[in-house]
Formats: sequence, structure tokens, C-alpha cells
Amino acid sequence: MSAAVAAERDELLATDELSAYYGDRKAVGDVSIAFTRKAVTALIGPSGCGKTTFLRCLNRIHEVGFDARVEGRVLLDGQDIYAGAVDPMAIRRRIGMVFQRPNPFPTLSILDNTLVCAARGLNRRQRFDCAERALRAAALWDEVKDKLRSSPLRLSGGQQQRLCIARAVAAEPEVLLMDEPTASLDPIATAVIEELMARLADEFTIVAVTHNMQQAARVSDVTAFMLADEAGVGRLVEVDDTARLFTKPGDHRTEDYITGRFG
Amino acid sequence: MTVAALGQRRLRRRRVYGSLGTALALLCALLAAGALLAILGYVIVQGAGAINWSFLTALPHPVGVPGGGVGNGILGTVIIIAIATAMAVPIGLLTGIYLALFGRGVIPEALRFLSDVLSGVPSIAIGLFAYAVLVAPLKHFSAVSASFAFMMLMLPLLVRTSEQAIRSVPQTVREGALALGMSNLRATVGIVLPTARPAIITALLLAIARVTGETAPLLFTAFGSQFWETNPNNPMAVLALQVFTYAISPYPNWQAQAWGGALLLIVAVLVLSLGARLMLRRAMQGLES
Amino acid sequence: MVQPRFRRVARFVSPADRGFAAVVYGGSILFALLIIGLFIELVLGSWPSIAAFGPSFIWKSSWDPITSNFGALPMIYGTVVTSLIAIVLAAVIGIMAAVFLADFAPRWLSAPLSFLIELLAAVPSVVYGLWGLFVLAPFVRTAIGPAVQKVLGWTPLFSGPVYGVGLLTAGIILALMIVPTVTAISRDVVAAISRDLREASMALGATKWETATRVVLPAARVGIFGSCVLGLGRALGETIAVTMVIGNRPEISASLFAPSYTLASVIANEFTEATTSIYISALIELGLILFVVSIVVNALARLMIWSVRGST
Ligand SMILES: Nc1ncnc2c1ncn2[C@@H]1O[C@H](COP(=O)(O)OP(=O)(O)O)[C@@H](O)[C@H]1O
Ligand SMILES: [Mg+2]
Repeated sequence: MSAAVAAERDELLATDELSAYYGDRKAVGDVSIAFTRKAVTALIGPSGCGKTTFLRCLNRIHEVGFDARVEGRVLLDGQDIYAGAVDPMAIRRRIGMVFQRPNPFPTLSILDNTLVCAARGLNRRQRFDCAERALRAAALWDEVKDKLRSSPLRLSGGQQQRLCIARAVAAEPEVLLMDEPTASLDPIATAVIEELMARLADEFTIVAVTHNMQQAARVSDVTAFMLADEAGVGRLVEVDDTARLFTKPGDHRTEDYITGRFG
Repeated sequence: MTVAALGQRRLRRRRVYGSLGTALALLCALLAAGALLAILGYVIVQGAGAINWSFLTALPHPVGVPGGGVGNGILGTVIIIAIATAMAVPIGLLTGIYLALFGRGVIPEALRFLSDVLSGVPSIAIGLFAYAVLVAPLKHFSAVSASFAFMMLMLPLLVRTSEQAIRSVPQTVREGALALGMSNLRATVGIVLPTARPAIITALLLAIARVTGETAPLLFTAFGSQFWETNPNNPMAVLALQVFTYAISPYPNWQAQAWGGALLLIVAVLVLSLGARLMLRRAMQGLES
Repeated sequence: MVQPRFRRVARFVSPADRGFAAVVYGGSILFALLIIGLFIELVLGSWPSIAAFGPSFIWKSSWDPITSNFGALPMIYGTVVTSLIAIVLAAVIGIMAAVFLADFAPRWLSAPLSFLIELLAAVPSVVYGLWGLFVLAPFVRTAIGPAVQKVLGWTPLFSGPVYGVGLLTAGIILALMIVPTVTAISRDVVAAISRDLREASMALGATKWETATRVVLPAARVGIFGSCVLGLGRALGETIAVTMVIGNRPEISASLFAPSYTLASVIANEFTEATTSIYISALIELGLILFVVSIVVNALARLMIWSVRGST
């Protein structure tokens, strides 16, 4: 995407020369990309090319890992989230995340899972309404409304993943990061979540990792293609409107990938 | 004699050796398990007769006066263990959290080493430490000093188990909490610790079981008392100590009470150990389902 | 090569987390200080004795509170002999039991047997002492002692009067107390030996027993040895049970039937009655010796067990 195109769009989130390390191992190198407000951006690329790592840099969860480091800038509304005075907790409230494998909190009920990071100071009624809204947004309400107090571990994998989406939505973030949210789900649950992503884009800026190109083509407005170079460092190859990237890729490596010539 | 027949005989001999050896191994296993049953059986037979309501609730009687009980010792055991637990749990849990969250590098390794060292230190030496810290400077024996010694005995188990329990909570759960914008404090206390709780409580029960029957450090910390003592700053009666004193006394009446006390101790310790096992099994099943 | 300019990321930045980290650090530091304090207090407490008697404390055999002349040799002797008896007995029984439980017992038998043996470890020390005093000691006096003396009474090891309480009785009680340690760890180590090794041996025509004793046990020897050393560590420091059955006499006697004393039991018996400060100090020095020895022994044991199991 050229600078001119980027400027036209309303960008909520952008990275500038972002690199990520595990100890001395550089996993992602110098990625500069911008994410359009209230659009779905899909991040595709072969396994191990650094998609997850890159995504985890966007809400400062990468640094939770041992000896994990970040270099470069991530701009949220023009403000560097890695600047010295910024509180990562505040950033993570504005940039929610859904993980590859559903990770509901095992000791909390379905209701408490949903509300665990919802706004504070609500009374019982308001909390309940908030939970209902989030669960409806995650297309889970009808399935759990009768067992809100039971353990989330009794839900199916797809339901657990939607609970995690509800949990993230209830915190009212601006950006929603999704790391292969359907990778561990069956086709039916996958379809439900894909539909959900399209609806959530009305409200949130979504960055979704997927290694499934059909999925990227189905759900996203913009697609970014990543690839590891010879040194194993994940690089951004190109980013474009989804329709264009899949029909007229600008880079031969992208073309090789989407036509299944490697990866 | 043919070579084949010779081989046959040798094979038969090897088989016989094998059977004998297996029998011997079985015997050893039975011997070890039988030792428990022998001790348990003897304590039950000897102790059951001594146990009645007044034994459980009365103060000890002076030498020569029949009757009397270990009520104050039971109370003292509970008080001393409660204080020890109140001191050991925060320190043990915090150290466990530290090791689980910051667990690589020289300092955590050193801490783990120290913890292992402590778990091997004889309880009598720990009693001397408690004496030096809390008895000698104050110039009087006290229940608190016994609690201090018990705390030291409980710590290694608590530290190592809480570290492992916290580590065994999937990293994805912790990251899920942090990714929602929770503080490390909330993620740890609100999400990770509750998930690890069954294993930590198991360890706590085992640690309590361990000190319930502990006697050596009490000799010069709690010291014992003839009264209903509830002030932790004073010397206090403890059941295990009473069993010891009565056992080595020359009076048959006291010796009978020693068996009664031993039965109480064994029951308490076995209930705690079995409870811990059940708890752990339930926790494991909970994780699988 | 130029080092990349890493941004070191602070993980605990919010005020709540700073407080949390401080409390967690504080607890850990307290824990470390307690253990270091334990060592320091023992050294400080024994200092008068160390200053007065020097290293000869370890090999002098007088223990005389009246003349304030103290030497630890009788207690060291008693500790070593009782622990050796215990470890020999416990090793034989424990290792055999472990082999049986791991390789020979059907599941319905091995589970309850393991369970009972592990419960043995939960029995309080004072209960062992009580049982030893009223059941084992009389048995040694009336049955074991006379029987052994009939055959071996001519050796100094089994000579002299049999009181019931003494080195042998204490050793047997200690053996019972450490059998669970030896059994449980040895069983785990034996069970961890790979199937391939057993199958290879069986395929060569070895019987199950030959496989267990000639292939599996040698392969597991380091871990088994570690379990025995760990048991030894427990035996060295065990106090109350030993105090009740050893006879409490600070003398060195060749006979295993003779009353004796151990480092731990002399502290238990005399500490509250010690009147002079040098007496107290000498007792604390016994505790220091016990402390140092048990650290060395435990460190050794853990090293060996780790080396086979892989540290966790
Ligand atoms: N915790 C980690 N420690 C060290 N290296 C890691 C870690 N996680 C991922 N990596 C490395 O970073 C690279 C990118 O991984 P990842 O971001 O998970 O790729 P993707 O999500 O595209 O499959 C991989 O080659 C992997 O080797
Ligand atoms: Mg990934």
C-alpha cells in the first residue's frame, strides 16, 4: 500500500519499523503497516513466519514472555504505545485480544468470565445487561443464557472461543486482535465465528491472523502477507485490499503463496 | 548327560532362583506395609481404651491422681499450628509466586537450593533456631516460638508446591488475563492462584500433617503447660509433647494416656494426609474434564 | 557485530504492580533471610563452645556438664551407628519392595501396597518412639537379644547385657521410618527405566528376575543410591523416636545392644536442663554439626536423584 493510499484512510493503529525478539532470536523484522479503522485486516503467511509474534507486539503482550523484547514503534491514534510513560495495562484495555486456543478462566463462571474486565462501578442490573450485550455480540447468548453461573469448561471449543470474544468485547476495546481464532475449531464453529468477525467490524478495528487464505478472503477487507526471510526473520511482504491482493498480487512471493506453490 | 539336558537343568535352576527372588521381594514389600499395620493396630488397641470424653476435654491430673486428659494439649496444638500456618502461608506463597513468575536466573536458583536445604534440616536444629530467636532474648518459653519453628518446617513444602502449582496453570490463562488489561497483581491473585488453589491446599494439608506430630522442637519452645493456656506468648501444652512426656514417665496411668494421645495424633495425621490425597485427585479430575 | 539496541521492557509498571512486585520480593527475601538466619544463629550460639574446645570437640569423648568438659564423639558415634543400621536395613527392604512394586506386582496389589508404605511416612515420630519403647524394646530384650547372643554372643558387637533400649533398637526404628523414602523414590526411579532395556534383556532369554536384578537395578543404581542417601539424611537428624529408645548414655560401646546417645537426642534431653552457658553452647554446636552434615548429605542425595530424573 503506498503512502498516498494510507493517508487517505482513517488509521487507528500503525507500526513503524517494528521488530520483535526472543532473546537474541529476531522473530519479526522491521514491519511497518497501518490498520484501517473499523475494518478487518487479515494477516496471512506460512506457519512460523512471525504472525503471532507480530500480533502480540500490538498490545504489548509479547513482553510478558521471558526475555522477549520489542524494537520500533506502535502508534495507537498517533501515540507510541511503547513510549516510556505508557502503562501497558491501559493499552491492553484499548486493544483486546483473542487467542488461538480458547482460554476461558477456569475458576470463574461464564458470567464472571464475561464481566471480568467490564467497566467498574456498575450495579447488578447494569452488570447483567453488560454481560448480555457482550454475549449477544459474540453470538453466544442464546446458548448460555440458562447456565450463566456454570463453569466455562463445560462449553464446547467453539462456545469457549466465543466466550473469549465476549470477554474481550465487554472490556470495550477499540481494536480487537485475533490470533487464528478458528484454528482449533470444527467447520461449523468456524463459520459462526467468521460471521461474527464481519459483524464485529462495525464496531471494532480488527486484526486477525489466519493461515487459511480462504478465510482471509472471506472475512477481511485488507490482507497483509508475511514471510520469513532466509535468516528466519518474519517480514511484511505486501499489504493491499483483500480483493486486489488475491487477484493481482504485487509481489511474486505473494503470488507463489496464494497459488499454493509453497508454504 | 546330554548338553540339552544340562541346559534344561540350568534353566530350571534359573527359574527357581527367579521365583525365590520374587518371593523375597514380595516379602519385603509386605514387611514394609505390615509394619504400618502393626504400628497402627497396636496404637488402636492400646489407645482406644484411653480415649473418652474427659480424656479429650480435661486438664492433665497430677501424678497419682487418676483420670485427667489432654484437652489443653489438643487446644495448644490447634493454636500453635494456626499461628504457624498464618505465618507460613504468606511467605511460602509469595516465594512460590516469585519463583514461578521470575523463576530463571541465579537468584531464583539459589532460593530453590535454600528451600531444599531447609527441607533437609533436622527439626531439632530448627527448634534451636526458634529458641535463639524467640526464647532466649525474651527469657521465657512461648507458643509463638513453637509456631515459628513449625513455620520453618512447613515452608519448603509450601514454596516448592506453590511454585509448581502456579507454573502448571497454562501460560495462556495468565496471558489471557494480562491481555484484558489486568494488572499482574489481579492476574495472579484473581485468576492464576484460584486455578492453582487445589494443589496449594493439598500442600498446606500435607505441611500441617507434617507438623502435627512433630515433637522435637517443642521441647524448648512451647515447653508444655498444666493449664488451659491461650496466650501465645506463654508456654503452652501440645499433644505430641504430652505423648512424649507421658511415654517416658514411669507411671502406668500416664503411659496409657500416651497411647491415647498417640492414637489421636495418628488419626489426625492420617486424616490430613488422606484428605490431601483426595483433594489432589479431585483437582486432577477437575482439570481433565 | 553491533548489538541491536534492545528496548528493555519493564514488566511491572503500574502502581498496583509495583506494590505487588515489592511484596513478592519482600516475601522471598524474608524466606531467604530465615534460612540464612538459621545458619548464622547456630554458628553464633555455638561460638563460645567452638572458642573453648576448638576442633577437638569432635573427637573428644568426655561429656561432663559438671566439669564443663564437652566432646561430641560419643554422640557422633551413636548417630553414625544407628543411621548405618537403619540405612542397611531400609535399603535391603526398600529396594526389594521397590523392585516388587515396579516390576512384579499386579496393579491391584501394587497400588494398595504403595499406599500403605507411603502412609508409613506420615506416622508421627513420637508414635514410632512410643511403639519402639513399649513393643520393640521388650521384644529385643526378650527375643532378639538372647537369640542373637546364643549364636554371636562371643563377638564384641553383640556382647554385654541386653537392656532392650540401645543402638540396635534405635537403628530398627529408624529403618522403619526411612523405608517409605527409599521405597517410594526407588520405585519411581526403577519404573522410569525404559521398557526397551527390559525387553532387550528378556529377548536374550533372561528371566524376569534376572532382568530386574542384572539390568534394571544397575541402570537405576544412581537414583536408588540417592534415595538411600536421602533416607540416611532423615535418619541422621531424627530426634524424638531415637531419644525414646536409645537409652541416652554418652558412652562408646562396641555392642549394638548397649545404650548410647545421638547428636539429636542429647539436645532433646538436655537442652532445657542445661544450666551453664558453655553447656548450652556445646549443645548448640551439636546442632550445628547436625545441620552441616544433613545439608551435605541432602545435597548429595538430591544431586544423584536429579541426575537420573532430570531436574524439575
Ligand atoms: N517463546 C518463543 N521463544 C523463542 N522463539 C519463539 C517463541 N515463540 C515463537 N518463536 C519463534 O518465532 C518465530 C515466529 O513464531 P510465530 O510468531 O508463532 O509464528 P506464526 O504465528 O506465524 O506461526 C518462529 O520461528 C518461532 O521459532
Ligand atoms: Mg501462530
